[in-house]
Amino acid sequence: MKFVDEFRDAELARGLAAAIAREADPARRYHFMEFCGGHTHAISRYGVTDLLPPNVRMIHGPGCPVCVLPIGRIDLAIGLALSRGVILCSYGDTLRVPASEGRSLLKAKAEGADVRMVYSAADALRIARANPDREVVFLAIGFETTTPPTALVLREAHAGQVANFSVLCNHVLTPAAIVNILESPEVRSLGTVPLDGFVGPAHVSTVIGTEPYEFFAQEYRKPVVIAGFEPLDVMQAILMLVRQVNERRSQVENQFSRVVNRAGNLKAQALVAEVFELRREFEWRGLGTVPYSALRIREAFAAHDAERKFSLVYQPVADNKACECGAILRGIKRPVECKLFGGACTPETPMGSCMVSSEGACAAHYSYGRFRDREAVPAPAAAVQP
Amino acid sequence: MSAAARREYHRPLDLRRGRVELAHGAGGRATAQLVEELFLAAFDNEWLRPLNDAASLPMPAGRLVMATDSHVVSPLFFPGGDIGSLSVHGTVNDVAMAGAVPLYLAAGFVLEEGYPLADLKRIVASMAAAAKAAGVPVVTGDTKVVEQGKGDGVYITTTGVGVVPPGISLDGAAAREGDAIFVSGTIGDHGVAIMSKRENLEFQTEILSDSAPLHRLVAALLAACPRIRVLRDPTRGGLATTLNEIARASGVGMLLEESAIPVAPAVAAACEFLGLDPLYVANEGKLIAIAPAADADRVLAALRAHPQGRDAALIGRVTRDPDHFVQMRTGLGGRRVVDWLTGDQLPRIC
Repeated sequence: MKFVDEFRDAELARGLAAAIAREADPARRYHFMEFCGGHTHAISRYGVTDLLPPNVRMIHGPGCPVCVLPIGRIDLAIGLALSRGVILCSYGDTLRVPASEGRSLLKAKAEGADVRMVYSAADALRIARANPDREVVFLAIGFETTTPPTALVLREAHAGQVANFSVLCNHVLTPAAIVNILESPEVRSLGTVPLDGFVGPAHVSTVIGTEPYEFFAQEYRKPVVIAGFEPLDVMQAILMLVRQVNERRSQVENQFSRVVNRAGNLKAQALVAEVFELRREFEWRGLGTVPYSALRIREAFAAHDAERKFSLVYQPVADNKACECGAILRGIKRPVECKLFGGACTPETPMGSCMVSSEGACAAHYSYGRFRDREAVPAPAAAVQP
Repeated sequence: MSAAARREYHRPLDLRRGRVELAHGAGGRATAQLVEELFLAAFDNEWLRPLNDAASLPMPAGRLVMATDSHVVSPLFFPGGDIGSLSVHGTVNDVAMAGAVPLYLAAGFVLEEGYPLADLKRIVASMAAAAKAAGVPVVTGDTKVVEQGKGDGVYITTTGVGVVPPGISLDGAAAREGDAIFVSGTIGDHGVAIMSKRENLEFQTEILSDSAPLHRLVAALLAACPRIRVLRDPTRGGLATTLNEIARASGVGMLLEESAIPVAPAVAAACEFLGLDPLYVANEGKLIAIAPAADADRVLAALRAHPQGRDAALIGRVTRDPDHFVQMRTGLGGRRVVDWLTGDQLPRIC
């Protein structure tokens, strides 16, 4: 497949792996956090870990949108779908996120709620236009990548006076989450989470550009390499991070220069600014309440803001006590260190949100990498002789 | 049914503009007319013709195999097939995977009130053509009608029986360490064909469902290599899920080689676009074969000698593994688990 296979080439991967192994100083360890779920997925799906030397470890960050969505926000959506009779639309993975009392949007659907999976915000608006006598709510989630499309449908609904369409907005901001991790006592003062640098977001950076990361590099002395979501992108970014650490540099470098520039997509940024404003605070699953870390719909579009329209009141709900999603999202623990992992909590029966999406740290490890948790069985030889 | 008897009906069925009515399933004259003018006309054979409650059939000696499969695919017509042909292929293949020669089919129809008879006629014609091409007659059937809004046009359940020739013993629990794992061709075609139709996606090359009867390929394969241990058609859940089922049943692990697994470029591109993994996408005309390593060359040659196995490939080996992991060496050179399908990647595909 053109323009894809080039970024998954085994020979190039071997070359990059050799360069990382050669340049990584055997006398020290390297801990890099890939912020995005897209990177987590690529690392797990392609087995990138097998190509890294043992002293280079990847920590899965909180950049998986469904993973950071707190229970209380899902509860709001379930309430709308079950008690207010709305058509509730959202992206596939969101429907499986566990909420209060073991519920989820999918289970609400089985109970009779009208919950629909959509591929885009525009689909939800289409459903609203096709059902003028029903209230249609789009449960919007995601980082800066999915925000412009939501802004676009809000503007369109406003202009077209689609009165029965509203958005339950849960859009969150990447830089705020990175600051939260860097400011956490585990990283800042206790030093229990060694963090030598970040593989920076791919798609998010196409929108916000590389400039917002310059602050982290300067203020926190952490190198950032913006990387694409293909496995070779990730490997090249790791090599660039190893070099920065070795040379004691902490800069923002752009591996994903085929798409990302310093300023980002100004048109998308303007669109987002027109429709959304900063929330004073927002609860993240795993990170807790993070100031100025999310967006809400501006007053001008209030008619399409589900929170205002249905007078929704947010009630925070604590995670299951044994669930370690919070510590895992901050890189303090690994999935296998959670008592629930692989037993009570699996992709079929997720207890915590990291087990829901294939971009979540737990689901990615369970689905792709859990054979590494046992040492008893040695790696078999090549399956098929070429 | 004689011409004189057919004249009992005042007017023939309006197969151009008519619609399914509740009376068509009520068991009265309307039901009889639908059966005779639509189903019998299409499926006509000596066992169905008497229209008794049960078909009376001759059976050759041997071990009897029986399989049943309900079809609820949406949309009913998709590139490369429709629910009619699919309902024949699905059950013929289930019977064939036991190593059996499929002999007869039974068909149960659940029709939704209001469904156009013209579309039903197309489905039945396609089903009859598929049965004829496969050489497996539909010998008995049933029709029920549900109220509008309580069905989705047409659901079809087919049941098939077949006979296993002597000397053949296939079992999902029979895979052994060291065995070779084959797939008979490109994976993911059916699911992507359905999905592209459903999402109105258009690609430069139209992706067709691979829906096809596999019993002739199976017969050729077993003739060349009777020691084959496992045959399975990787339908729902795709290659990955079927291999996990076999690994668990046999108490073994597997190691696959990603670069050896055939995927058509258009399917790979569509999966990339839709966020699907072809390993989990349904097939309706492919089989997985597991055979002793010593027979690997013969199996591959036999598969590739048949038009339906042209793109067959050796994709991996059976390993010893107490956890029954299906693992894969990725194209990039790393390793991963190929797990069971979680949830529902694509609902209503067959």
